[in-house]
Amino acid sequence: MSTDTLSSAPGVGGPGKGPLLEVDDLRVSFRTEDGMVQAVDGVSFDVKPGEVLAVVGESGCGKSVTAMTLMGLTRGPNAQISGTAQLGETELIGADDSALREVRGERLAMIFQDPMTSMNPVYKVGDQISEQILAHRDLSKAEAKQRSIELLKAVGIPGAEERIDNYPHEFSGGMRQRAMIAMGLSLEPPMLIADEPTTALDVTIQAQILRLLKQLNTERGLAVILITHDLGVVADIADRVMVMYAGRVVETGTLDQIFYEPQHPYTWGLLGSIMRLDRPRGARLAQIKGQPPSLIEPPEGCHFRPRCPHAFSRCTEKPELAQRSGSPGHLDRCWLSGEQKKTLRTLESGDIGLEDAAA
Amino acid sequence: MGRFVARRLASMVFVLFAVSVITFFIFNVIPNSDPAVRMAGKQPTEQQIEAIREEWGFNDNIFVQYATTMEKLFTGDMVSYFTQLSVTEEIWKGIPRTLSLAIGAAIIWMIFGVALGLYTAMRAGKVSDRLLTVLALVGISMPVFWIGALMNHYLGFELSNTLGFELFPNGGYVPLTDNPAEWAHHLILPWIALSILFIGVYSRVLRGNILETMNEDFVRTARAKGLSERRVLLKHVLRNSMIPIVTLWGLDFAVVIGGGAILTETVFNLQGVGQYAADAIGQLDQPPILAVTMFGAFFVVFFNTIVDIVYAYLDPRIRLEAGDSAS
Repeated sequence: MSTDTLSSAPGVGGPGKGPLLEVDDLRVSFRTEDGMVQAVDGVSFDVKPGEVLAVVGESGCGKSVTAMTLMGLTRGPNAQISGTAQLGETELIGADDSALREVRGERLAMIFQDPMTSMNPVYKVGDQISEQILAHRDLSKAEAKQRSIELLKAVGIPGAEERIDNYPHEFSGGMRQRAMIAMGLSLEPPMLIADEPTTALDVTIQAQILRLLKQLNTERGLAVILITHDLGVVADIADRVMVMYAGRVVETGTLDQIFYEPQHPYTWGLLGSIMRLDRPRGARLAQIKGQPPSLIEPPEGCHFRPRCPHAFSRCTEKPELAQRSGSPGHLDRCWLSGEQKKTLRTLESGDIGLEDAAA
Repeated sequence: MGRFVARRLASMVFVLFAVSVITFFIFNVIPNSDPAVRMAGKQPTEQQIEAIREEWGFNDNIFVQYATTMEKLFTGDMVSYFTQLSVTEEIWKGIPRTLSLAIGAAIIWMIFGVALGLYTAMRAGKVSDRLLTVLALVGISMPVFWIGALMNHYLGFELSNTLGFELFPNGGYVPLTDNPAEWAHHLILPWIALSILFIGVYSRVLRGNILETMNEDFVRTARAKGLSERRVLLKHVLRNSMIPIVTLWGLDFAVVIGGGAILTETVFNLQGVGQYAADAIGQLDQPPILAVTMFGAFFVVFFNTIVDIVYAYLDPRIRLEAGDSAS
């Protein structure tokens, strides 16, 4: 793929610079017929320039809501949002419409899960990319179109000059997602949120898209918040990982910390349920028993307690996200001691996983 | 595209043929419709009736009669059984009146239907939305001949008496070429009467489309791109929501021209094609009915074709020819 002709994002240095995004105690709840759904329950994290942060968790854990709230896409009469999210000098939570419009696309871009429905079917792909450029920059239509062609090339779409005039339904799934990434990059934002970008694609295309994101991260210093439920995807490209469960962050650390020294039983469960090609067949696929809890009436204390085989008396007290054991920057929400964690997470087979025994 | 049009032309011929056959033969099974008897006047004798039958060819074999009738229609020789006036001429005279009514009403109902649909969609769930929804439903429920008659009488006749001058005329039609102001003046009430139903329907349909489209993923993407809410609404939401409305408009317009305005024309005495048909139906006068039916069928098929072409233009996912798939 070509190295881009566009300059790198401004304000990007190496590690050591202040965080690009600082989220503190974000809470989002929705009023529904059945009660208040606490979708995001006190999420805090930050993203440094040029960093790839993977946000992992099962459906309904609040990862997408967190991301969409940063973009201001969850606002509505039934939504209650509190907390702060500082992007540079702009406070995203509660920002007014014009401030949001200035941020969206320009300083924070987002791509979504299903690229087919994410594009307007009646407009050409090129026009949809140019639309964003023209809304934020003082360029002529021809210049914007030229820029769009360059963007399509930068994301590896062959025949970009012809493809620019195609409609979304004339692209294949992988190409559509690349086009969406091109759209996200059109204003050269320093950070991209990718909400399950490969879930709707098949595995080989998935690998290509991930490689593209990694390349953009390395070559342009693009920070990425990658939301996924697939740990395999995470292992490929993440620098840091944040594991979410039932609206809370239950563990966060570097890729190595999470994969080799996971501290939270839910993380063990996730790691243990990865399909292994290097193990003999015949063993049943490991799963985490039980269901995610109701977000209207979550369990008291640790949200994972009802499903955790290692729950004990202290677990009815809500654990704070803190560094309990392990290395600096490796935080978790589990009352078990460091020693217990080391022992309990290793199963008979020697791999990391969650015991089958129910609580 | 050429193949598509050719196929449609062929189907039009077939449809017109089928319509003519069905209409023609219906007349032969309707009771009390023997035209010879009715043409003969009061207390006819058998000889008089027989003479008429001979002269008009009613004794011929039915297929021969059909063929002759069709020939007369296409050569312009068809005359009404009862008025002896040329059918083609009468229709020709009625066309400008029907078109005036249809085109004016179509523009009005499109503008107001879209405006009302947009307004209620923007205020969905609020009191104003609910009130206007009820209003739209009332509009849909009122039969046009009833509302037309009411308007004509109260706003035309009674109001003029009360005010001392004619705010709204009491029916009738003034040709555009004679007096454009009076032409419009006479058409205001008929336009409104005919539009009310369509405004009700279109506003409901558009409201539904808009609310559905607002939840589409691509609208979320448009917002995520930092576009203004106005642009999101007009270029993304409305553009997609309007597609079914535009096609509906083409089809409804065809039906109105083809005879859907029959009641409005009669109530307001506009003497258009619709009223001509209404009078003929009242007398069971076969030639005009046959001619107007064919006229209507032609317009419906024609506009169906136009609508399909426009739809393919508006929505690039639609291809007119089967098998014309993407690369």
